[in-house]
Amino acid sequence: MADITCKIAGVTSPNPFWLASAPPTDKEYNVVRAVEAGWGGVVWKTLGEEGPPVVNVSSRYGAINYGGNKMAGLNNIELITDRPLDVNLKEIERVKKNWPDRALIVSLMVPCEEQSWQKILKRVETTGCDGVELNFGCPHGMSERGMGSAVGQVPEYIKQVTEWCKKYTKMPVFVKLTPNITNILHPARAAVSGGADAVSLINTINSITSVNLDLMAPEPVVNGIGAHGGYCGPAVKPIALCMVGEIARDPDCKKIPISGIGGISTWRDAAEFISLGAGSVQVCTAAMHYGFKIIDDLTDGLSNWMDEKGYQTLDDFRGKAVPNYKNWQDLDMNYDIKAVIDQDKCIQCGLCHIVCEDTSHQAVKAERLGDTRRYTVIDEECVGCNLCMLACPVDTCITMKRVDNGKPYLTWPNDPRNAANMKKA
Amino acid sequence: MSKAAEAENPVDIAAGRLSAAQYAENFSDVAPPLDRNSAVTEANRCLFCFDAPCIEACLTSIDIPVFIKKISTDNVKGAATTILSANIMGGSCSRVCPVEELCEEACVRNTQSGQPIKIGQLQRYATDHLYSRKDAQVFTRKPATGKKIAIVGAGPAGLSCAHGLAREGHNVTIFEARPKAGGLNEYGIAAYKVAGNFAQRETDFILAIGGIEIKNGQALGQQITLSQLRKDYDAVFLGMGMKGVNALGLEAENLQGVENAVDYIEKLRQAKDLGKLPVGRHVVVIGGGNTAIDIAIQTKRLGAEYVTLVYRRGAGEMSATHHEQEFAQTNGVTIKHWAQPKKLIGFQGHVTGVEFEYTQLDANGKLMGTGDTFSIPADMVFKAIGQTFVATPLKEQGRDLLQLTKKGRIAVNEDGQTSLPGVWAGGDCTEGQDLTVAAVEDGKIAAIAINRALKEKK
Ligand SMILES: Cc1cc2nc3c(=O)[nH]c(=O)nc-3n(C[C@H](O)[C@H](O)[C@H](O)COP(=O)(O)OP(=O)(O)OC[C@H]3O[C@@H](n4cnc5c(N)ncnc54)[C@H](O)[C@@H]3O)c2cc1C
Ligand SMILES: Cc1cc2nc3c(=O)[nH]c(=O)nc-3n(C[C@H](O)[C@H](O)[C@H](O)COP(=O)(O)O)c2cc1C
Repeated sequence: MADITCKIAGVTSPNPFWLASAPPTDKEYNVVRAVEAGWGGVVWKTLGEEGPPVVNVSSRYGAINYGGNKMAGLNNIELITDRPLDVNLKEIERVKKNWPDRALIVSLMVPCEEQSWQKILKRVETTGCDGVELNFGCPHGMSERGMGSAVGQVPEYIKQVTEWCKKYTKMPVFVKLTPNITNILHPARAAVSGGADAVSLINTINSITSVNLDLMAPEPVVNGIGAHGGYCGPAVKPIALCMVGEIARDPDCKKIPISGIGGISTWRDAAEFISLGAGSVQVCTAAMHYGFKIIDDLTDGLSNWMDEKGYQTLDDFRGKAVPNYKNWQDLDMNYDIKAVIDQDKCIQCGLCHIVCEDTSHQAVKAERLGDTRRYTVIDEECVGCNLCMLACPVDTCITMKRVDNGKPYLTWPNDPRNAANMKKA
Repeated sequence: MSKAAEAENPVDIAAGRLSAAQYAENFSDVAPPLDRNSAVTEANRCLFCFDAPCIEACLTSIDIPVFIKKISTDNVKGAATTILSANIMGGSCSRVCPVEELCEEACVRNTQSGQPIKIGQLQRYATDHLYSRKDAQVFTRKPATGKKIAIVGAGPAGLSCAHGLAREGHNVTIFEARPKAGGLNEYGIAAYKVAGNFAQRETDFILAIGGIEIKNGQALGQQITLSQLRKDYDAVFLGMGMKGVNALGLEAENLQGVENAVDYIEKLRQAKDLGKLPVGRHVVVIGGGNTAIDIAIQTKRLGAEYVTLVYRRGAGEMSATHHEQEFAQTNGVTIKHWAQPKKLIGFQGHVTGVEFEYTQLDANGKLMGTGDTFSIPADMVFKAIGQTFVATPLKEQGRDLLQLTKKGRIAVNEDGQTSLPGVWAGGDCTEGQDLTVAAVEDGKIAAIAINRALKEKK
């Protein structure tokens, strides 16, 4: 049995699955249920300053259902915790004492002033928690108050706040990044230069999940009006993976440990984040859809897969896909694949033909032999784009086979067809 | 027998009514396995209910939503582990359980869309997958305890108990009267439900944990006695099933061609070549349970031309599920309700037909004959009106060693403990539903109780 214990930025947990800072980690009651179910750790719902109350509206979530599946994407307009600071701190202290083996990180968001951070860190430290996560990501409600993504979008602020935090606490500092920027490397590098111990990403993405066409207002509608919210859930996984990969391979990010977040719903998603460099992974929407019990498949599935692959620890495959994540100009121009349709598996729906015919390269021929519909690939026309395989509803009916053309690995910069090279010649 | 008499002999029993290809088709898997695509699609329909009604409906409490979630993520080995941890015979249960009355009936999708999740088929997908793997062993045996337990009967109850105890590090010896292990999984369940030697494969998987020895041809009451087992072992578990078959109570029940359904099924299950197994052209089955349905369908599939199942009450009272009744009918079996056998008609010592009397309920709801009769020609008549537990192996010096219930089965408490210290029992020889899954649960519960008792003892 594979060992899935996790260590990131000095924080250990029995498995890499943490609950992200969000409603599932809002209070002791939920958190205890989560650790009892087997979660490796939690990032406590973001705490704010003592003082003015945080008040939420009613009607808070919107969702995208896709193809009969509920909550492919989730959006929310909630704020940070609306519970008093000292109640949260007492609960955090108790949970850590009762569950010393689990990672307990406390998420924080206070105004962009040195004393505010100094003050809250001092109080949080007394709980005995394992680290803090600076929430520079929340895209709604808090940014209007000069916090959250309003900070996360300005690299200089990130660096500054991170430096303050490193100055006032010995606890590991995780910086949670917002994806609502053009290039994730700018805030990530700022966190690195500010001395962050790790980065966590992604927070939610600015979004309107749908428009209520009767009320003519974005969902979730609050008395006839909607605001943009933060998007998360399975739909955001590709965006999150890309940002994680960017940081993992960036020399200036200096291999900063990453806590991967965004759409993680299965052990496979987690394995993908870890192979792109994530240390731990955080989950919010999947738990909000099914409850904490999904941890059973997350841990068991990851460990079974590792056994199958011969990986004994998470470090055995952590970052293993990073060297293979390159840019377009590094790809092999001579690599040649063609679609092959397994006629025995074909159910004759014709999707492979029509997607190629209407939108690609007219490389799938449609024939009628009496009552039988037959779809075959025209090799000379097939450019190996994968579209037919992706559209085909039958597992492994269409596969892409490599054509052995004997040609060497050739990148575009070296390709004679590249105009730059033609001039040279 | 004179030439004339021979010519008049109406009995038509013959082997080889069908071609080899037809036998193969008729006795292959009734419900072919799901492929990955269908399994994942079906698994994704599961809502992952909290406090899921399906779990409650499963007699072994398999965590169904969790194993289905694991199928949806391609963690199929994990799914099988979840299943087998609760039910070591999850493979055969996926094939033989009347799911339409258990987990699938409870599925919330019935209310939401009229279509339950195909839990049985998904369970089969997961367990089949595990059995096809090289690293199929998902259980480990705890360090040896040196304790010895005797189990009587290698059916689902006995095997389940044995596995539970072996995992705890105890040494188990199973005494089994028959030449093969598996109980009714091997000798009784309809062939097309457990096609392809599945019962033996499952038994092999169970034994692979180690620490279990099976002694075949050892019957309690013959080669061995309960008193001796109690002396030689630290605990005893009885999982002997039901050996007896109810009689019709008619004259001439010993006519040739009148047989116990279970005996014929046993021959069928053990036949190397179904083409050599003789079957009548006209078959009459008497009874209303799954055994009646099974013998009717299987004789039809062996090539019997007319198979009539006669039951003395209505369709709703049959213990065979609605699904099973319908399946018999699609197989060409005629089901006749509200009639009871009056007389077996014979010719030269062989049955040729059965006379029935119509029945109805009287004003008090009691079943009575109407006086109206009819007869059905029969070359073979199968009795399938229930099995009984035979307690004679438990008698020594003319008295019962342990207490029986009013219905004549072994009396046990909720842990499966009998009235005799150190002796537990479960499965069909005790009361409860006579289903494979119930026997597995009994064996599991008894293993837990025995393990606890042995720990307390030392
Ligand atoms: C025809 C038929 C079809 C069925 N179909 C289904 C079905 O589709 N689905 C379902 O869930 N259930 C079905 N059942 C019921 C199911 O098979 C039983 O409930 C289940 O097998 C009971 O398990 P058991 O271990 O208690 O007994 P058994 O399976 O009967 O096993 C008892 C074992 O003990 C051995 N034994 C008996 N006496 C002695 C002795 N004195 N000494 C040593 N060994 C002894 C026997 O040889 C046998 O191996 C069917 C039953 C029958 C008869
Ligand atoms: C209702 C809701 C509230 C959230 N609140 C916070 C928060 O207080 N602090 C924070 O850092 N992230 C918050 N998040 C973002 C999550 O921690 C996480 O980054 C995001 O949901 C992506 O993960 P997922 O796709 O697994 O949901 C919230 C998300 C949701 C859905």
